[in-house]
Amino acid sequence: MSADSAPDLECRGLTKRFGDITAVKDVDFSVPAGSFFSILGPSGCGKTTIMRMIAGFLEPSSGDILIRGRSVLGVPPNKRPVNMVFQHLALFPMMNVAENIGYGLRRQGVAKAEITRRTGEVLERISLPGIGARKVSELSGGQRQRVAIARCMVLEPEVLLLDEPLGALDLKLREKMKIELKSLQAEFDTTFVYITHDQGEALVMSDAVAVMNAGRFEQIGAARDLYYRPATAFVAGFVGEANRWSGRVTRVEGDTAEVQTDAGLTLRAPADGLKTNDKVSVFVRPEAISIGPDAAAMQDQAFGTKVQVTAMLFNGANSRVLVRDPQSGSEIDVALPQSAGFANLDKGAEVQIGWTREQTLCFADTAS
Amino acid sequence: MTGRGLGFYLLLAPLVLWLGLLIILPHIDMAIVSLRTRVAPREYVPSLDNYAAFITEPLYIVTFLRTAIMSVLATVITLIIAFPISYYIAKIAKGRSQAALFLMCLIPFWVSELVRTFGWIILLRETGVISGFLQWLGLADQPIEMLYNDAAMMLGLVYTSMLFMVVPLTTTLESLDDAVIEAGYDLGGSGFSVLREIVIPHAMPGIVSGCIVVFMLSLGNYLTPTMLGGKGSLWFTELIYSQFIVRFNWELGAAFGFCLLGASSLIVWSILRLTGQTLERTMGEGK
Amino acid sequence: MIPSIPQSGAVKLIYKAYVLVFFLWLALPLATVVVFAFNDSQFPSLPWQGFTWGWFFGDARPQIGLFHERRILSSIGTSVFVAIFVSGLSVLVGTTNAFLFNRYSFPGRGLLYILMLLPLVVPGIVLGISILVFSSRIAGVVQDASGLYVDALRPGLVLVIAGQFSFITTIATLVISARLIKFDRSLEEAALNLGATPLTAVRTITIPYLLPALIGAFVVAFLMSFENFNTTLMLVGSDAPLTITMFDRLKEGSTPVLNAVSLLLILGSSVLALAMIALQRR
Repeated sequence: MSADSAPDLECRGLTKRFGDITAVKDVDFSVPAGSFFSILGPSGCGKTTIMRMIAGFLEPSSGDILIRGRSVLGVPPNKRPVNMVFQHLALFPMMNVAENIGYGLRRQGVAKAEITRRTGEVLERISLPGIGARKVSELSGGQRQRVAIARCMVLEPEVLLLDEPLGALDLKLREKMKIELKSLQAEFDTTFVYITHDQGEALVMSDAVAVMNAGRFEQIGAARDLYYRPATAFVAGFVGEANRWSGRVTRVEGDTAEVQTDAGLTLRAPADGLKTNDKVSVFVRPEAISIGPDAAAMQDQAFGTKVQVTAMLFNGANSRVLVRDPQSGSEIDVALPQSAGFANLDKGAEVQIGWTREQTLCFADTAS
Repeated sequence: MTGRGLGFYLLLAPLVLWLGLLIILPHIDMAIVSLRTRVAPREYVPSLDNYAAFITEPLYIVTFLRTAIMSVLATVITLIIAFPISYYIAKIAKGRSQAALFLMCLIPFWVSELVRTFGWIILLRETGVISGFLQWLGLADQPIEMLYNDAAMMLGLVYTSMLFMVVPLTTTLESLDDAVIEAGYDLGGSGFSVLREIVIPHAMPGIVSGCIVVFMLSLGNYLTPTMLGGKGSLWFTELIYSQFIVRFNWELGAAFGFCLLGASSLIVWSILRLTGQTLERTMGEGK
Repeated sequence: MIPSIPQSGAVKLIYKAYVLVFFLWLALPLATVVVFAFNDSQFPSLPWQGFTWGWFFGDARPQIGLFHERRILSSIGTSVFVAIFVSGLSVLVGTTNAFLFNRYSFPGRGLLYILMLLPLVVPGIVLGISILVFSSRIAGVVQDASGLYVDALRPGLVLVIAGQFSFITTIATLVISARLIKFDRSLEEAALNLGATPLTAVRTITIPYLLPALIGAFVVAFLMSFENFNTTLMLVGSDAPLTITMFDRLKEGSTPVLNAVSLLLILGSSVLALAMIALQRR
């Protein structure tokens, strides 16, 4: 079965231009069978354009799209073995749930009894048995979501595309649906390609995430890699939260680079090809910063300084503290460890903070 | 999706046939007919005689001006009567009574204009209901003829056009957020200043579209002036009718038709210009 | 001016009274017409001579009811025939127009859109005479060229249908466009995505979505055609629709049989209009 070794979906040098604007620039990726792949990026980055090209609503300007190893260029959308869950779901309001789910089967000319059977089956699988006669408008947000997925899955597509389907849901339901989507994907064992601007959705659900910016892929990798080993400054800034400084490399010594931020902090970071005088962006995640009563507790840190608390942002397990470095005046965002002892920090208190060399993410600015 | 395949031409064809055969070509032909004079049976020469007759014959020009002025008057009266009603329906009545009032405005106008005019005839004529009622009350000692005068005609015109003012006005007024009116008061506005600076500017598209339609309907009306205004109504459409159907002078009738068309286009255009609206916007929203 | 803003009781009362008087004024002529349909008199006027159904069902002089009036019954038939033709055609062309303007951008689109609106601002009587002039020219050309006398191009039902169609189509286009604009194109894309061909997607998704507007446009067109007077007056031949017959009868001097016809018209159009509104609300 050599055909099975081909990835379910592969894009090669995919490019789309609208007049003078290039919405998608030379994008390459492949999605192995049965995985959950997300494209994460800010709105307007071109992710919807990629999705619409895969579904067949747009023709690429150049490049190729292969599904199970076969190019689908020139194949009209109704003949492609991919199905799509639309941003606002696009459930047909004039049909009930069963008619919605049976729509694709009716187009294939499947016999009536068979349609009824398969519709019932897929409703079972999304744990909504017996709602076939309901009107779409009578469903809750989460139910509509599942029906939209069932409407596609009943056709057994090679790839299911999901275009920010959780965007319209409220926060609580969105959290619940994230988990549900992941289990539905496991249940159907189909390749999901998911696009979103919400990093929480992408990180939680995906086997692999592509971070997209201005028409290009910045990095493809597992959620963990993107978070801990971002490949570019954009990824470091977009995925997760971080303190960000811009500065300049003042010295490179072995595998350590010394960076002076514009505000005057002196930091040390892994050298990784940086050269003296390079302009750089430096990122340090709030939870990477240790906090302690005095310098003695911070012996092992590459960077340490005494700071003053300017604000306490209490939010239960996600509490933060804003501190100011008296020398440079930079404000630093520090995650509050849950261990006791810090709950009583007040504005004006003096504490010691520090972090290691490895946790200092440093990227040379691209010439722009 | 903007490619132009077979589908595009299949959709374009009915539009072009409709506009071409029933609107554009007939009007061009009418223009040609209006620009010729018959010199012998089935023999014509191009001339401006028909338009010259329109300008030089006092009856024609007087009738024309009178029709235009009366139509403007009917439009203004309709607007003044309709505005408080629309405001009431849109902003004061709530829920079921709002829907019911709106329906009560709509229903009479789904009935033929002829029936409505007939109703006014029964009410207003010498042997009519109002005359009889006044005699019964003792306010009149003999039958009163209230038909066949300008007031009766104006009443009929305003009545017939009312819906076309009420509907667009109500629609635009409904779209005005109550909070905006409240803010006007909150910031110290009086009832009058809120009306002048907030409500009326917001309702402008509805006012414009209502005025255009009412003016058009009055100008082109034949039935109401004939039935309620009688012989003295001097309405321009009656001239067109008599030239075409009675005198069989199509050349002059066509010229009259163009004058009517010109007058209505001019007024519609100037209303649009004065208020900064466009035909597409007003008509699209008005319906 | 709105309920949340306090206003003196007198102002409110005057306002309410004004609204009441307005609606009485609206109802007055129609109510009068209806009441006198039952007056047992030769004329639709006072004094009241007693109640009768004679103007509906009477079959002997002097009270020949409308159901025994050949001329009126046949003109109702003519009106229905014309109205069905006109509404069918205008809904058809209105639908293609709505799709054209909604789905395609092309050079001249703006101009065509304005042309499409024009019939609304051309007085009905002018529409009538322009079509009369043009059709008789064509008839003349055809007759000179081939010697054929084309009946359809002389005043008569074909021209009446053409004349009414010429402006009712604009209204049908506007009604259908208004709903098509609200249509979510992703529904059609979803249909394509689920395997429908473009035509099937339109047939199974877009047309069902448009259905209330199509029915609405049909009813509006039907009513407008039925009550049209100005355009019809210029184009009518020997088969007169109801409005023209009633107009002629009114000029001759009316009997309450016209009230009876009017009552039927009021009932008919109210039922149609209410049914349509109920359908749109659904």
